[in-house]
Amino acid sequence: MNSLAEEFREDRTEKMTDTEFMAVCQIDDLLDNLGQCALVKGKQIALFKVSDSEKIYAIDNHDPFSDANVLSRGVVGDLQGKLVVASPIYKQHFDLETGQCLEDENVVLDTYATRVVAGVVEISC
Amino acid sequence: MVGHRFLEAIQDRNLTEQYEVVTFCEEPRPAYDRVHLSEYFADSDADALSLVKENFFADSGITCHIGDQVVAIDRDRKVVISKKGLELSYDRLVLATGSYPFVPPIPGNDRPNSFVYRTIEDLEAIQAAGNDAQVGVVVGGGLLGLEAANALKQMGVETHVVEFAPRLMALQIDEWGGLLLKNKIEELGVKVHTSRATTEIIDGENCKHRLCFSDGEFLETDIVLYSAGIRPRDELARDCGLEIGQRGGIVIDNHCRTSDDDIFAIGECALWNNQIFGLVAPGYQMAEVVADFLQADDTQFRGADMSTKLKLLGVDVASIGDAHGNTEGAKSYSFIDERSGIYKKIVVSENGKKLLGSVLIGDAEDYGTLLQYKLNDIDLPEHPDDLILPQRDGKASTGLGVDALPASAQICSCNNVSKGQLVDAIEGGVHTLGELKSCTSAGTSCGGCAVLVGQILNSELEKLGVEVSSDICEHFPFTRQDLYMLVRTEKIMSFSELIQRHGTGRGCDICKPAVASILASCWNEYILKQGHAPLQDTNDHFLANMQKDGTYSVVPRVPGGEITPDKLIVLGDVAKRYGLYTKITGGQRVDLFGARVDQLPLVWKDLIDAGFESGHAYAKALRTVKSCVGSTWCRYGVQDSVGMAIELENRYRGLRSPHKIKMAVSGCTRECAEAQSKDVGVIATEKGWNLYVCGNGGMKPRHADLFASDLDDETLIKYIDRFFMFYIRTADRLQRTSTWMDNLEGGLEYLQDIIINDRLGLCDELEEEMKLVINSFQCEWKSTIDDPEKMKRFRHFINSDDKDSNVVFVNERGQIRPARTEEKSVKTVEEKELLAS
Ligand code: SRM
Ligand SMILES: Cc1cc2nc3c(=O)[nH]c(=O)nc-3n(C[C@H](O)[C@H](O)[C@H](O)COP(=O)(O)OP(=O)(O)OC[C@H]3O[C@@H](n4cnc5c(N)ncnc54)[C@H](O)[C@@H]3O)c2cc1C
Ligand code: SF4
Ligand code: FES
Repeated sequence: MNSLAEEFREDRTEKMTDTEFMAVCQIDDLLDNLGQCALVKGKQIALFKVSDSEKIYAIDNHDPFSDANVLSRGVVGDLQGKLVVASPIYKQHFDLETGQCLEDENVVLDTYATRVVAGVVEISC
Repeated sequence: MVGHRFLEAIQDRNLTEQYEVVTFCEEPRPAYDRVHLSEYFADSDADALSLVKENFFADSGITCHIGDQVVAIDRDRKVVISKKGLELSYDRLVLATGSYPFVPPIPGNDRPNSFVYRTIEDLEAIQAAGNDAQVGVVVGGGLLGLEAANALKQMGVETHVVEFAPRLMALQIDEWGGLLLKNKIEELGVKVHTSRATTEIIDGENCKHRLCFSDGEFLETDIVLYSAGIRPRDELARDCGLEIGQRGGIVIDNHCRTSDDDIFAIGECALWNNQIFGLVAPGYQMAEVVADFLQADDTQFRGADMSTKLKLLGVDVASIGDAHGNTEGAKSYSFIDERSGIYKKIVVSENGKKLLGSVLIGDAEDYGTLLQYKLNDIDLPEHPDDLILPQRDGKASTGLGVDALPASAQICSCNNVSKGQLVDAIEGGVHTLGELKSCTSAGTSCGGCAVLVGQILNSELEKLGVEVSSDICEHFPFTRQDLYMLVRTEKIMSFSELIQRHGTGRGCDICKPAVASILASCWNEYILKQGHAPLQDTNDHFLANMQKDGTYSVVPRVPGGEITPDKLIVLGDVAKRYGLYTKITGGQRVDLFGARVDQLPLVWKDLIDAGFESGHAYAKALRTVKSCVGSTWCRYGVQDSVGMAIELENRYRGLRSPHKIKMAVSGCTRECAEAQSKDVGVIATEKGWNLYVCGNGGMKPRHADLFASDLDDETLIKYIDRFFMFYIRTADRLQRTSTWMDNLEGGLEYLQDIIINDRLGLCDELEEEMKLVINSFQCEWKSTIDDPEKMKRFRHFINSDDKDSNVVFVNERGQIRPARTEEKSVKTVEEKELLAS
């Protein structure tokens, strides 16, 4: 690898750390217990705000069981103490914290860090 | 019936390996269930009556000559000879030739349109004759006669029963019972003529025939149906010299052997101890006895209980043991309620300790308990009359708990299943009623024992400590029904209120939609109202059905399936405008598929402007009311089925329920709208409407039950209002009306009692509840489009106007369809090339 490429890569990582979090919407755009989907760097991410919690959960919007981009449209709830979303298509549950599928231990969705800055929801991806 | 049971019995015992078994069956189809013969009138489905399990003959290796009759037995050569000329030698011969209906030797009894009631062919002939008959007469007021009368009445002909004896069902019930039964039946519109002897039948003046009675009176009719008792078919046995009883019947011993050691007789053709048994259960016992004998087991036939419970013309009638109190020293107790038409009598032994017999008319709920006292010789309580006196003030009934029954107690007499066998099966892991029935056969014939079987199951499960948790989910220690009552009685208006008061945690995808549905059934608020919206499944949330690729389908309501050409054009226009796939659905409307979430409001705006409204295809709610074209156009129609379907669809549109509900209205008995496969089906009659309930297509089809006949519009609608609200109140989550009915204790009669007779005093309440729903109807799509806040949700991305790149269509038969995975990658390449060029 030549030095130019190396340099370029470093440069890029630098930039990433700077803008690690990207603004996606206002906190008020999210309604309690209702998902929304954000497009971040070409990736579809399902966002959830649950009642009595400030934290915004972010997991893949893609449902691996149906191959459809639909998880943001699932019903949110809790099962055995874990916050979950149920796929609207075949009803598997995914842990909002970890992305773990409760019905199939081999399936884990990507999760993403989020924060709310001055009323703006930001995601790192 | 008995012959076939015998074949099953020898197959069970593997005797088919030892014997080459051949059977002759003179009817054009293998064995079928005569006990339920009358159901053939409702559905004309001979297969449904068949008793032959799939592949039975192939699996067992038994040869069955259908449509061939045995005409002679040569006992010297040990061969039988058939009508078609077969000659077959035998080692052992079993006669199960049944009986034939007795037609009294009245001059004129062979006139056209004279029938008996025994075979499917008989019923077909009666049905055909019914088409242009006004009046029908049944000669004979016994058990079968009344069943036949019911059939005539269902066909819509004016029905009479003529009985020679001074009362109906003289064999089974006593004078008071007969009188009460007569009154009840006359109330239902069947005319009963007792103490009438018919002397001859001649040409009628207004009808085809005239029955002349010995007292000079007469009765005119188009159809004569004889039901004057049965006679054993013993002609074969008679011709070959077997011993025959004085009044007919092939004489048998305790092993069911005839006077020839190699010939057996079972069922209604057999005479044991000078008795013919005109019921299936004793015949089935005989079949088992012979099968046992063939494998050298020494079981014996020792007579059988002739107790019966029936529903005749909608009236419960039961008779147990010595109903007439003929036993020496017998004493009886009776209870008569003329207002409700209930008569109950028990006959007890001289010392008052044992039950000898009973008659129940109008209310046979105690039958199971009383029968157990009789069959198992159980000591009666101190005051035996408590067993038949009505229980008031919520006092527990003195009914015999199933736990009091000994293991040997016979629970199902049709299939000879004891309590012990049921308990063994339950302990062996059979934990549902359906499984228990299919593995023990209990409850699968006349059904009279089904309630008891259910009680035994529940009581045993409880003992086993099997927790039959009926909680809806981990968030609520309640069933759906409990939650419904909580919401209703505590006037709870939101999920958060309910879970705070009665649940734990946040809820899940089970309880949230269920509660949303309950709230909507009770209060019918806009389903996307704040607080309700997050409870809804995606379909309800986006008011459309999500498809496999994440797009949605759109189904506007087309009440009754009636649509103007202009509206059809609108549907086509809209589909074209948004590039949607169109298909006519099985519910008589049009489905537009492939709408992206962002297109939904646009599509709906156009549809609403053209006068359409939501079809609720996405909801557990009323779907469609299918109709046939009916009397407006059809040459057979007798009522305006389209008009009624539209009225019903507009009345119940949007009604949220435990599962989806479907309805249909047919304009005549030809039933082109398939109403009998619907949750609520309506079929026009000359006089009004027949109401059918609890039918189902889908995974496990079920024919709907006839609930009430000849209703006027107002009564029809009143009953449906009550029916739906009662279902909504008492059904489980995602339980269609069909399974609800199958699990409803007391079944159809109980439901009729509640909805028609208002037995629980609920009807006003149910009607009020329905009124609220009807009056608060709003088109959800219209409300949504009018609300800019709600409209915001109809986009794929919260931060971009891009579309979901995973939604890709290809062309097929001139329309779009979702691309398959492999097609998607090709498409992307194509798209890239397109972009590049
Ligand atoms: C569109 C349609 C098929 C068609 O192209 O004709 C259809 C399509 C679906 N049916 Fe159906 N059913 C359609 C008529 C029927 C019928 C026929 C009828 O209604 O006369 C039946 C049998 C009758 C019955 O329900 O008793 C029928 C029995 C089912 C069942 C099985 C129900 C059962 O009790 O066993 C399901 C599954 C369920 O509901 O749990 C089902 C479920 C479905 C679902 C909702 C499956 C799903 O969750 O995606 C399908 C989605 C439709 C959509 O996306 O729009 N569909 N489905 C029909 C819509 C009728 C309408 O205008 O609303
Ligand atoms: C409408 C109706 C309702 C009833 N309801 C009840 C009820 O609720 N409870 C109850 O317990 N019982 C009821 N019964 C009575 C019950 O059906 C009979 O007890 C039962 O069918 C007797 O069975 P079986 O095998 O002896 O006779 P069948 O069922 O009549 O069978 C005899 C068969 O043998 C055939 N056959 C006769 N001779 C020959 C021959 N030479 N060669 C070849 N084949 C021959 C006949 O065609 C017939 O198919 C009812 C009967 C009817 C008609
Ligand atoms: S059900 Fe009767 S009225 Fe309706 S279309 Fe069929 S034949 Fe005509
Ligand atoms: S008693 Fe007839 S089915 Fe059980």
